[in-house]
Amino acid sequence: MTILELEHVSVSYDGIRNAVDDVSFSVQEGEIISLVGESGSGKSTLLHCIQGLLPGGAAARGRITLFGKNMLELSAAERKRMRGEQIAMVFQDTGRYMNPITRIGGQFTSYLKLHLDQSKEELLELERTMLRKVNLEDTERILHSYPFELSGGMRQRVGIAIALSLHPRLLLADEPTSALDVTVQAQVVKELAALCRQEGATIIIVTHNMGVAAHISDKIGVMQSGRLVEWGTVEQVIRHPKEAYTQSLLSAIAELDDTRLLKQKQE
Amino acid sequence: MEPALLELRQVSKTFQTGNTKPVKAVQSVSFEVPSGINTGIVGESGCGKSTLARMITGLTGVTSGEILLNGTRISGLRRSAQRDVYRQVQMVFQDPYSAISPRMPVGTFLTEGLVHFGLISKGDRKEQARKLLELVDLDPQLALRLPHQLSGGQLQRVVIARAISIHPRLVILDEATSALDVSVQKQILSLLVRLQEEFSLTYLFIGHDLAVVRSITEQIFVMKEGSIVERLPSETLQEDARHPYTLQLLSSVFSVKDLS
Repeated sequence: MTILELEHVSVSYDGIRNAVDDVSFSVQEGEIISLVGESGSGKSTLLHCIQGLLPGGAAARGRITLFGKNMLELSAAERKRMRGEQIAMVFQDTGRYMNPITRIGGQFTSYLKLHLDQSKEELLELERTMLRKVNLEDTERILHSYPFELSGGMRQRVGIAIALSLHPRLLLADEPTSALDVTVQAQVVKELAALCRQEGATIIIVTHNMGVAAHISDKIGVMQSGRLVEWGTVEQVIRHPKEAYTQSLLSAIAELDDTRLLKQKQE
Repeated sequence: MEPALLELRQVSKTFQTGNTKPVKAVQSVSFEVPSGINTGIVGESGCGKSTLARMITGLTGVTSGEILLNGTRISGLRRSAQRDVYRQVQMVFQDPYSAISPRMPVGTFLTEGLVHFGLISKGDRKEQARKLLELVDLDPQLALRLPHQLSGGQLQRVVIARAISIHPRLVILDEATSALDVSVQKQILSLLVRLQEEFSLTYLFIGHDLAVVRSITEQIFVMKEGSIVERLPSETLQEDARHPYTLQLLSSVFSVKDLS
């Protein structure tokens, strides 16, 4: 079932150039989609546009149909109602979006209270369950911590736990693991993909890391200067890229078995 | 035997902040960088790799141990004596925008080192700035621009040009390509290889991306929690790695080549 459809979507910040230029694609329920591209390619703008988080002054054209509604015509109040249970978002640095002087437990509870009418104990139980799902076993300590007391990897896991707690049907993730160390990134990426599969959630991930995209996605979209230049399955985009731009991106990635740039010195 | 270009002997750094437990950022690190042998240091945040770089350039003092350049001790020097070290050791950081005053034209920034060491007169600045920009494949017209008018990749080229303008022996690159897009990163790495041949430089390349560090070095030291856990030849990195931490780093790479 198609849950999201973009038709000729363009976004402009200044009314002159398009940050997103005539992009169309559709997403089936349960799919993991990655949007890849270099800085300034419009991938984050596109993600923000889908859930109506564009800054003031930015103008979007075209049609974005999510769960049968045209997102570009909804009022702010209607969009707000969709957040949480239908759409949720994970950012690159979850810590920056948290209140630094409120404990994790307090922030988690206030988010859940916006959407659920349950007792404090029930909410707390849901928080513990979600933290365990992202492999944060020491739930009491996490809930009693302030954001700065957790490592970057733990904060991203908390961000994912909060975002998935209301079982959103669509998760939008903007560079969710890019600020993490490589070993932590590998774990968090795999957890995120596994959890969304388990919950049946659809994810759209924006990432500059083609490797991450190749390993967790069903489909990949490649963006360049606002345009979606290539769209297809991992097999199509990574193994048999049609576009020269995709090929150049793939060949620029350093691999462990590449011929080194430096010629071996004779000693 | 000729002394190594750079030698670290049992170098340690402990930070004492407030009343908390002292942090041992670097613990008894020893290694040699022979002249012309590019060396990589790989590790994750907090492993001490940047502290190590800062100690080699003298930006941070050592707690114990010795650092030698061409057999001469350069750690624990007085500020005035450090000037001569900077002539031979230059450093490039991750974020070029934080390396330049936002109000300083690129050309002025480029030639600061040359003027500081009395290698050119102030009247030659314009001409030298133009040459340096051409050296790193940039338009000489950029000399009059301000940092924010350049892209991250262009500005990192400027920072590299400035570092090598005074013909140092050793250039320390601390995550110098990590913030760049992959295509730009590859161009900068090629530039570094070309400049090395032209100016007989030696690079100490610090980073977290094993594949990138491997591509431009001949030996790699893997750091974890302030210590070096393994030394590996770059060419056969994957085959020779034994330490569990190195293996974990290797297995965390999402390759686009081997899709399971």
